[in-house]
Amino acid sequence: MPETKKPYIEIVTDRCKGCELCISACPKDCIELDTSVVNAKGVNPAKYVGGCIGCGSCMLICPDVCIELYKEEKIQKSA
Amino acid sequence: MQTTKSHPKSLFPVSTHYCAGCGHGIAHRLIAEALDELGVQDRTIGVAPVGCAVLMYNYIDVDTIEAAHGRAPATATGLKRVRPDCIVFTYQGDGDLAAIGTAEIIHAANRGEHFTTIFLNNAIYGMTGGQMAPTTLVDQKTETTPYGRKPSNEGFPIKACEMLATLDAPYYIERVSVATPAKIRRAKKAIFKAFNYQVEERGFTFVEVISTCPTNWGMSPPDAMKWSVEHMEKVFPLGVFRDKGAEKDRTETGADK
Repeated sequence: MPETKKPYIEIVTDRCKGCELCISACPKDCIELDTSVVNAKGVNPAKYVGGCIGCGSCMLICPDVCIELYKEEKIQKSA
Repeated sequence: MQTTKSHPKSLFPVSTHYCAGCGHGIAHRLIAEALDELGVQDRTIGVAPVGCAVLMYNYIDVDTIEAAHGRAPATATGLKRVRPDCIVFTYQGDGDLAAIGTAEIIHAANRGEHFTTIFLNNAIYGMTGGQMAPTTLVDQKTETTPYGRKPSNEGFPIKACEMLATLDAPYYIERVSVATPAKIRRAKKAIFKAFNYQVEERGFTFVEVISTCPTNWGMSPPDAMKWSVEHMEKVFPLGVFRDKGAEKDRTETGADK
């Protein structure tokens, strides 16, 4: 069985408005505002800091569709 | 590694003009995903409201008509009757649907027109700067009710789902929220079901989405989401008010699912 990779998210920071909904929705505190960057909208965009469990909450609640979740497909158990 | 969900095809990959944390973006995405899953993007016509979502056609990649204030159901009625092969939906806010457009929505629902209405309720007039809407909660402070809404002077909030559920014709009425990921999943199912019923030509479908307005409520977006759960959902309880499809399935199969 191949080694399962950990899930992770990618954030399109250009569209991010810094509303912090993803931060409030994340159960594992994997996202924070990147205070070192100011994007074209003039806000500190969200940044992924690691520890994603692949629940997809941030992706669901993001009003600007900035977040994409990458995770391995579930392997079906053979009978 | 696989993306679990990429950007919906029916949604332009652009930045919206909505304020940070506005529920409109979530509702737009849910509609786009429903249209993608049903594969009806090329024969869908949207009717944009007057309000914050007036520029909906810049974000949802379907043909869109801009209706006069509150008259989206009347426009959609004409569209659907002339082009019954098209999927027609209206997307309206609480100022558009529950204030100036009350007559249109009630009569369109009463005739059982075969289109879908997505009603975004955030209890305030967003675009014009936070005045009282018909759905504003009792004691909620707005620009025009600075001491809170008083029932003796301004009346009580209008409950659109309950009102429409008194009519016989509507096929499907549900109220959902976009405040938490779990509720968004439920909202997605409701919006998909509404469009699916329209594809199956069943009748008038109506989904009310409880949303937020962080800017005019004067809250941060996460606080606004919490406020909508704690206060709005008490006045506007979530749930299915009418689902003739489920009733029909039950009687046909003879089993309670």
